[in-house]
Amino acid sequence: MADLVNLTIDGKAVQAAPGTLVIDAAKTVGVEIPAFCYYEGLSLQAACRMCLVEVEKMPKLMTACTLPVAEGMVVRTETPQVAAARKYMLEFLLTNHPLDCPVCDKGGECELQDMTFRYGIGESRFTDEKAHTPEKQFSPVVFYDAPRCILCYRCVRICNEGLGVGALGVINRGVVSEIAPNKGDHLECDECGACIDICPVGALTSGIYRYKTRPWEMTHVGTVCTHCADGCKTTLGTRNDRILRGNNRDSSGVSDGFLCIKGRYAFDFYDHPERLTTPLARKNGKLEEVSWAEALEITARKFRENLDARGAFGVIGSNHTTNEENYYLQKFARQVLGTNHIDHHRTGDVVALFDALGEGGSAGREKLATVADLYKLKAVLILGADLALEHPLLSFQVRANYRHHRAHIYAVTPGSVREDKYSAMSIRVGAPAGSAGSGPRWEPVSGSGSADGDPSGFYHPRNAEVSTADYFAALEHLRDKLKAEPELVILFDDSFQGNDVRRLVEFGNSLGIPVRWVCLVDYSNSRGALDMGIAPELLPGYEPSGQPGMRLHEMLAAPLGALWVVGANPYEPAPGGTSPERRAGFLVVQDMFLTETARLADVVLPAASSYEKNGTFTNVTGELQRLKRAVNVMGTKPDLEIIGFIAREMGAAAALGPWAPDAVFEEIRKNVRGYDVPAPVIASGGAAQTAPLNGRIAVEAAPGLVRSEHNGLFASGTLGRYSRVLNSVLESRVGR
Amino acid sequence: MLYNEPSPLETRVLTRRFGIPNAASIDVYLATEGYQAFLKAARMKPEEIIEEVKISNLRGRGGAGFPTGMKWSFVPRSSPKPKYIVVNGDEGEPGTCKDRVLIENDPHQLIEGVLIAGLAVDAHAGYVYIRGEYRYLIEALEKAIGEAYAKGWLGKNIQGTGFDFDLYAHTGAGSYECGEESALLESLEGKRGVPRIRPPFPAVVGAFQCPTVLNNVETYCAVPAILRDGGAAFAALGLPKAGGTKMTCLSGHVNKPGVYELPLGFPVMKMINEVGGGIRGGRKLKAMIPGGSSCPVLTAAECEGATMDYDSMAGRKTMLGSGGVIILDDQTCMVKAAMRLMRFYSHESCGWCIPCREGTTWLRKILVRFHEGGGTRTDIDLIGDIAKNMLGRTFCPLGDAAAMPTIAFVEKFREEFEDHLNGKPCPYENATHLVTA
Repeated sequence: MADLVNLTIDGKAVQAAPGTLVIDAAKTVGVEIPAFCYYEGLSLQAACRMCLVEVEKMPKLMTACTLPVAEGMVVRTETPQVAAARKYMLEFLLTNHPLDCPVCDKGGECELQDMTFRYGIGESRFTDEKAHTPEKQFSPVVFYDAPRCILCYRCVRICNEGLGVGALGVINRGVVSEIAPNKGDHLECDECGACIDICPVGALTSGIYRYKTRPWEMTHVGTVCTHCADGCKTTLGTRNDRILRGNNRDSSGVSDGFLCIKGRYAFDFYDHPERLTTPLARKNGKLEEVSWAEALEITARKFRENLDARGAFGVIGSNHTTNEENYYLQKFARQVLGTNHIDHHRTGDVVALFDALGEGGSAGREKLATVADLYKLKAVLILGADLALEHPLLSFQVRANYRHHRAHIYAVTPGSVREDKYSAMSIRVGAPAGSAGSGPRWEPVSGSGSADGDPSGFYHPRNAEVSTADYFAALEHLRDKLKAEPELVILFDDSFQGNDVRRLVEFGNSLGIPVRWVCLVDYSNSRGALDMGIAPELLPGYEPSGQPGMRLHEMLAAPLGALWVVGANPYEPAPGGTSPERRAGFLVVQDMFLTETARLADVVLPAASSYEKNGTFTNVTGELQRLKRAVNVMGTKPDLEIIGFIAREMGAAAALGPWAPDAVFEEIRKNVRGYDVPAPVIASGGAAQTAPLNGRIAVEAAPGLVRSEHNGLFASGTLGRYSRVLNSVLESRVGR
Repeated sequence: MLYNEPSPLETRVLTRRFGIPNAASIDVYLATEGYQAFLKAARMKPEEIIEEVKISNLRGRGGAGFPTGMKWSFVPRSSPKPKYIVVNGDEGEPGTCKDRVLIENDPHQLIEGVLIAGLAVDAHAGYVYIRGEYRYLIEALEKAIGEAYAKGWLGKNIQGTGFDFDLYAHTGAGSYECGEESALLESLEGKRGVPRIRPPFPAVVGAFQCPTVLNNVETYCAVPAILRDGGAAFAALGLPKAGGTKMTCLSGHVNKPGVYELPLGFPVMKMINEVGGGIRGGRKLKAMIPGGSSCPVLTAAECEGATMDYDSMAGRKTMLGSGGVIILDDQTCMVKAAMRLMRFYSHESCGWCIPCREGTTWLRKILVRFHEGGGTRTDIDLIGDIAKNMLGRTFCPLGDAAAMPTIAFVEKFREEFEDHLNGKPCPYENATHLVTA
């Protein structure tokens, strides 16, 4: 590191790296320099003029947000001149700002309000008429109230620079300037709501939160988003057992403030009218509402009968229940039900990756990338996935890495992706539609900025014709470029399975540079389900089970005595197809909604969503984070509790141990390889990386079973159907 | 075309071809020593060209008066990036109309000045940025550029000198703010016309992120004369610290308004009474805005003994500015003048920074109300106070340009503000004058 620069701020000696801005240097010695337009990580504006400070030997006040530190610089932030500048800047701001704080969503957590209290003038000398324009609705989730806007351009920058979308701009000039959406009167964007969160005032408001409550009336619960595998922290604002909003203003966990539409708004499935809140049991061929006691009794009795009759059990676990639930479920299955027919919907071949990385002995976490690595490492290679649609957080990190560090990004994908705009090299694999031919098909489309993919976020444009030969041919083309990189993260999706993953790892190893890996999976705990051994081949921690066991599709096809489905919808019809026929003698389903699978069940047990329970999730990069219960939905129970009650009803509880999340987590920490993470980090809302790597995993992988749903921004498997926000966004686009 | 009769008191250097039939054509230009300065410069070393400009004491004619030779010397010649010459023809300052006549009457003089600047900083492309309202000038300029290409004074290997240069004309879209150099560059690049954070200055990071020389039309037009006759000869026309002549746009209540080329240091009263033919209708001088509306107004008393140059004006706490002299007679309402100017600034504020965007609008609202008789005694101090709160705190000089004259109007003509108090009608409402709302 270069020599530090010495300067003085308010009489305090400060040392800072060259290039540090005075506003940041001041923070290190506890001096707050107020600012609206300055936002860490975004480009500089110097528009709000709140950060004016006095600098010795400079004739005028200087903006601390654009002034780099210099040796011997003397900065003063508390002089009468500076105080006056701040005072009158706020007076200027308030001339046209409506003082509707009592009804404004932002009241109580508004930066303009806070600054006015701290630095403001107290009374207004402005007696003339304020400019007013009516409020506008930009999209189902974004509203804009121009009079409240102070034109700090944070929203414009986060959209353009942070998301790479650039859907917001400024129109008009002078005092009638305002923020405008990209399609004239409406937005066509990711609908992530980052602009709303970053707005320092109440100019941009959220379609589903506005006018619902005041910030101080809510309880703010930091938990993990239940949708995709990225594992963003979402802070749910709740009141009277209602979730009113999601954001991550405390910037905790892996996501550092980032959220997409799903994390910010799509919690709204939890109070969908079709939410199950009473157990159902099949009587005379029809599902009827029954009490919990009766439903549990039927289930336990049927399980016991099947056990006594030596009938076969099948157990299907979930991609979005907690580690504790999956661990407890497989323990129940293997120890109480004595079955190894246990599986879940696999969305990425993590097993093959760990096996390949484990070759040649023990491998550690230095081979597995974290979310933070995507921001830090010098080069990133994306294989297959349209990251911006399928893994918005990972895409955000990669983009920030390019913006801040000029990282080299390589994208080898079937369709055009957002990364093309700034990639060092983009390659399209697979045949163009309608063409025929033999041999690998790929074409470099280097950094042309010609992203013409589906901007609506409906679906990920995939080409069924892509073979891994196409990918490997493209990789060979990149080989020399990648070898020249100092380090690399490789992300791959379900395009690579089994031996193709091993071949990919060989390719990575042959580059001669440090490579870190991410195997992309779909859902909030897809990775955790594998880690917890929800697979016939594997016990928790990727220990081979050594027992034969049916896989998911085999269980559906087999005449099992009993099938137990926890948080999954295996009978979902294939697109354009029909549901598989139910073969099991007794089917019990734990779910939030009456899914295709639940409709076939003998007993349906209404489960709590992940916002209604405690536990842990492991995200796509293996980082463990804690869920905290935000609300209760009357009538439902967490899956862990349901499993525990069934065990109790069967008289098997003692063998399984307590079903409290903390107790099960302690057992996981002790027993599951890679999960011995520091408990305080998890407990305090942090993320800890798990690395369950230890040599080869001598099991036959299940090639062909791995299938990613490739959910876009506005889809989230079965859950997405019940989110009003996701549906309203989709509908708003169909209508255009 | 010419808009006024020349005055015998002028020193005609930049305007030496004005009035010659077909002066704008390349044939007339070549027949009157045209492009000879370029050929001379092409034989000189770049440092020598810059030195000659430094000797001439030429200062930027756009308003700020920065020494031109020094500005050129800031361009890093060794930079591997291409360098650009940009001509600021966004002549938007109220009271200023000199660049228009220079482009209309002698466009090749401008082209030659740009070529010499190109030689000095190793630039091979230039842009003439013309304000949106001057769109009709594009035709005249493009005709001249076409002639220059046809006769080999632009393009590849100009006149066998081995020097390549391409010149493009570009119009703005009607924003005063784009006269500010960094906003002009944003606009030139096709973006919203808002100023950039400086430093870096355009000499280092300018158009398309490349080193750029950016000067006013008049500044470039002075360059051929400097190279042709020598920097010292040009300097000798003016004052020791400010060489040459200044295009002066005399407007307002004079008998003979027009654009006159006067040497720097020309006496103000002589300019008003002899060049301008005195105050219209035999009235008395009340005030003068010396260099475009951004410059603080001078009272008649302050005009006595003043000369038209940078130092004399600075001594009177105002500026020579762009040379847009506005003469106000004794029937002019100064409240209305202040109001009219603030309407302009609040309309033209780009909206980028808070003090300018909100301050100009607030001032306009108060001044309009005040002039209509709705003012209170506290408003008078408030007007000055708001302007002072803007001063020095805005992102670019537009805020200062709005604040400085307002402060001067209130300080120097406070009694006129008081005359409007208590619902009194404007005492000058029925007077005929040029400054209209």
